[in-house]
Amino acid sequence: MTVRTEPPDVAPLRRPAVVRAVLLFGGLVLVALLVAASVGLGVRSVSLSDIIAALAGQQETVAQAAVVARVPRTVLAILVGAALAVSGMAMQAVTRNPLADPGIFGVSSGAALAVVIGISFFGLSSPWSTMGLAVLGSACAAVFVYTVGSLGRGGATPLKLALAGAATTAALESLVSALLLPRVEAMQIFRFWQIGGVGGATWDRIALVAPVIGIAAVIVVLTAPGMNSLALGDDVATALGERVARTRAFAAIGAVILCGAATSVAGPIAFVGLVVPHLGRLLIGTDHRWLLPLSALLGAALLLAADVVGRLVARPEEVEVGVVTALIGAPFFIWIVRRQRVRQL
Amino acid sequence: MSSAAIIEGRKRRLRHRRLTITLLTVAIIVVFAVSLMVGNTFYGPGEVLRVILGDSVPGASFAVGELRLPRAVIATLAGVSFGMGGATFQTMLRNPLASPDIIGITSGASAAAVLGIVFLSLSQTAVSLLALAGALATALAIYLLSIKGGFAGTRLILIGIGIAAMLNSLTTYALAQAASWDLQTAMRWLTGSLNSSSWEVAAPLAAVCVLLVPALALQGRNLAALALGDDSAASLGVRVNRVRVLLILGAVTLLAVATAATGPIAFVAFMAGPIAARLVGPGDALLIPAGVVGALLVLLADLVGQFAFDTRYPVGVITGVLGAPFLIWLLIRTNRSGGSL
Repeated sequence: MTVRTEPPDVAPLRRPAVVRAVLLFGGLVLVALLVAASVGLGVRSVSLSDIIAALAGQQETVAQAAVVARVPRTVLAILVGAALAVSGMAMQAVTRNPLADPGIFGVSSGAALAVVIGISFFGLSSPWSTMGLAVLGSACAAVFVYTVGSLGRGGATPLKLALAGAATTAALESLVSALLLPRVEAMQIFRFWQIGGVGGATWDRIALVAPVIGIAAVIVVLTAPGMNSLALGDDVATALGERVARTRAFAAIGAVILCGAATSVAGPIAFVGLVVPHLGRLLIGTDHRWLLPLSALLGAALLLAADVVGRLVARPEEVEVGVVTALIGAPFFIWIVRRQRVRQL
Repeated sequence: MSSAAIIEGRKRRLRHRRLTITLLTVAIIVVFAVSLMVGNTFYGPGEVLRVILGDSVPGASFAVGELRLPRAVIATLAGVSFGMGGATFQTMLRNPLASPDIIGITSGASAAAVLGIVFLSLSQTAVSLLALAGALATALAIYLLSIKGGFAGTRLILIGIGIAAMLNSLTTYALAQAASWDLQTAMRWLTGSLNSSSWEVAAPLAAVCVLLVPALALQGRNLAALALGDDSAASLGVRVNRVRVLLILGAVTLLAVATAATGPIAFVAFMAGPIAARLVGPGDALLIPAGVVGALLVLLADLVGQFAFDTRYPVGVITGVLGAPFLIWLLIRTNRSGGSL
C-alpha cells in the first residue's frame, strides 16, 4: 500500500464548522475584491464611479469602455481558475499524489498536440472543435501518463508520475514544433494560444466553455465524498463500501474535462491545479466536500490576481497569466517536493 | 559458476565492447567524410583530402574548408558532449529519463539565450555566453535546492522538473513578446541548428572538449560506483560528494558549451546513453560509447535534415522527431523494469 502523503499533523481532516464557513466567506470576499481590481486596474486605471456606471450599462467615457472591455476576461479568469484548481484537486485525490497538476502531468501538452493536429491537418480552428480536440487530447495524455506512471514496482509514485508527465510533455512538444515549423500561420495562432492567457476573452468563447465546465464541475462535486474514502487507500475504501474504480473513473473524467475545457480557451496554465488544493488543505482540512468549494474560490482568486499582476508589472505590455502562475507555482512545487520524505517520492 | 567462466564472460564482453566502439567510430568517420563531400556541389575524396591538408583548391577550399568542415567538426564535438553529459546524469541518477533535457539544465540555457535574443538583442557570441551561464546557474540552483539533510537523486529530478516548467514558461513569454525577426533567430536557436557553424564557433567548443572529455571519461569508474548508491560508493572508497560535484560540473560544462555552440539539439543527450547501453551491453564505462553514439546521431541527423527532404530542416527537428517516440518507448520500458539504463 502506498504511504499516506499528507502528514496528519499538517492538514487536519476538518476544521470546526464556524472556521469552515468563515474561510469560504473569506474566499468569496477575496474573489469579489479581485474582481473589482481586475475591472479597475490595468494599463488605464479607472475610478470606482466609472466601474459602477459601466457595470450599469453606460459606455460613454473611455474609462467606462475600458471597464466593459475588461469584464469578459475577468469572468474567464474566474472560470478557468476555478476549473483548473478543482481539476488539480481531483487529480491529486484520484492519484493520491501531492504533485498532481494538469501541467506537470503533461495533460496540457496533449491538448496542445491535439489542437495543432486539428489546425494543421483538418483545418479545424472553430472554437467548438478546438475545445473538443483539447478535451480529447487532455484525456489521451492523462490516461497515458497515469498508465505509464503506474507501471512497475511501487505503483504510481510522485517521481514516476512527474517523470512520465515531463517526458510526455517533452515528446509531444517536439512533435508540436515539428508540425508547426513548416506552417507559419498555424505557428502564429498557436504561439499566443500556447502561452496561456485570458486576455483574448470574448463572450462567445465564455458561453461555449461555461456549460462544459459547469457539467464537469457537477461530476466532480458528486464524487467529492468518494474522494474522502479514496484518501484512505483502496483497501479501506472498498471495505467502507466505496466503489473505488467507479469513483476514481468519474472523478478523473471530471478532472480531465475541466482541464481540457479551461486549456482550450486559455491555453496551458501550469501550477494553479497544484498550488491551490495544497493551500486549501492547509486552510480548511482534507475533507473534499469543503476543500472543493474553497479550491474553486482560491483558484479563481489566484488567476484573477495573476492576471492583474501581469497587467500591472509590464505596462503598457501585459505578462500573460500562464507566465505569472508558473513563476509563483514553481517555487511552491519545489517546496512541496522538499517537504516530502525521500522514501515517499 | 566457475571463476574461469566468469573471466571468459568478462573477456567476451570486453571484446564485444571494443568491437562495437570500433564499428561506431568507423561509421562516424564515414558519415563525417560523406558530409564533407556532399552539398550544393559534390567534391570527390581527393579534393576534400587536399583541402584538409591545406592545398588551395578553387571552390572546394571555401565550401569544404570554411563551411562543411567546421560544420562536421561542430556536429561531432557537440554530439560527443551531449552524449557524455547526458549519460553522466542518467547513470548518476539511475534513471534514463533523468537526462538534462528533462531535468531543466537545457531549459536554463534556452531561457537565458532567448531572453538575451529578444530583450537584449545580443550578438551571437554574447548569446552563447549567456546560454552557458544560464545552464550552469540552473544546474547549481537545482543541485543546491535538492540538498536537504543529504543528497537524493529523486529530489533532484523532481526539483529539476519544477524549475524546467518555470523556465520554459519564461521562454514562451519571451517568444510571444518577440519582434518577428528576433522570433526567427530565437526559434532557430531553440531548435538546435548547425547552420551558423564557423571556425570561430568550433574553436571554444573544441578547447573545452579536449579538456573535459578525457577528464569525464576517467571518472567513469567513480560514476559507476555512485550509481550503486552513496553508501556502496563510499565503501568502495569513493569520496561521494566531491566526485558528484565534479561530475555534475564537468557534465554541465560540456553540455552548456555544446548548447552554446549549436542550440539545444533535441534529445541527443537523452538518446545517446540508452542506445549506447543497448549496443555495448551493461558495463561500468558507458560514457565513451555514449559520446560516440551522440556524435553519430548528430552527424547523421544533420545529413538527413539537409538532404533527405525538399526543405532543409535544422538538425534539431530531425532528432526531435526521432527522439519523441524513443522517449515514450523508453518511458514505458523504464517504468516496467524499474529504472537503470
